[in-house]
Amino acid sequence: MAYVQPHPRFSVLSASSLSSAEHLSPTASSARFSLPSAPSINTTLGTPKPGSRPNVYDRSLNKTRTSEVSASAFAFLFSEVVQYTQKRVSGINDLERRLNTLGYRIGTRVFELMVWRAESASKAPKREIRFLPALMSVHTQVWRAVFGRPADAIEKSVEHEDEYMIIDNDPPIERYISVPRDMSQLSCSSFTAGIVEAVLDGLGFPARVTAHSTPTQQYPSRTTILIKLEKSVLEREELLK
Amino acid sequence: MAVFGLWVINKAGGLVYQRNFADGLAQLTSNEYLVLSGTLHGIHAITSRLSPTGSSSGAQVIEGESFKMTILLTATGTKFVLLTSLAEPTADTLLQKIYEAYADSVMKNPFHTPEMPIRSEGFDSRITALLA
Repeated sequence: MAYVQPHPRFSVLSASSLSSAEHLSPTASSARFSLPSAPSINTTLGTPKPGSRPNVYDRSLNKTRTSEVSASAFAFLFSEVVQYTQKRVSGINDLERRLNTLGYRIGTRVFELMVWRAESASKAPKREIRFLPALMSVHTQVWRAVFGRPADAIEKSVEHEDEYMIIDNDPPIERYISVPRDMSQLSCSSFTAGIVEAVLDGLGFPARVTAHSTPTQQYPSRTTILIKLEKSVLEREELLK
Repeated sequence: MAVFGLWVINKAGGLVYQRNFADGLAQLTSNEYLVLSGTLHGIHAITSRLSPTGSSSGAQVIEGESFKMTILLTATGTKFVLLTSLAEPTADTLLQKIYEAYADSVMKNPFHTPEMPIRSEGFDSRITALLA
């Protein structure tokens, strides 16, 4: 099919049934998922009849309640993603880097969706230009858009002033993953780190984002997303003060 | 009222998970467990062909004088075997919960190879919470 000049933003969104619907990424609206309160193999079988829900392209981007996807289906998909990636890499660092890249592709779409939702939801939408409010919006809005709940904590590194951390006590994507002992440095949340990196890039805060397992007695799959900002960001923050 | 042990047997008859809980059964070597589970796999295959009225899912409970063996056969051929005391009434529901834990922490774990022995901390802790 010939390349169609992308429509202006509003025409794409108001006429989503047009052929231009392919400009809307399916990833953006299916990136959100929620976990049933009691995950059970029986509940996942009770899917609604096909045809009772509108096509993914016809659904409103703002109605988040109906765009939830099965956590079980996502867990199987993510498991395959990790297995597929693992077959094609030489080491743990390489695996984390590839998961990060995959997450980055989702992050760019999540960011676009988040901005669009913020714009339609408030009369005076705001774009964060300072780092801390931007980090707060990653902690709450991005997490809510992707995982259905905010992250658990934000911390600032004591040793390095360019390092910040987002902490998730029970990352949904790692809920069923048991990393073998010989790969204990691996954190599959590198995928989430990629999402965060893309959103920060989009907001104009280039950074290197990595994920690290920091288990505690109470939260065995607690994960820290470490954000190492580029120098230019810190310099600009100084100027804005 | 005691759960003695749990076996998970793959569709080829190999023992992929074995754990003991309460005391009361003779201690066996891992090789003996492998032989036993292979034998049970064979017996189960025979019992599934014994039904006089068409197809059958095979043996579900095997009772001895002092213990009972409850077998859950899944649609994919994996067998969960729970060794309990005779008076254990919850063996069936326990097996369903074990199957659920298996589906969650084993099948959704990217580091598990199907039909291979289960080495997953998540599964171990779920089973501990259920049985121990």
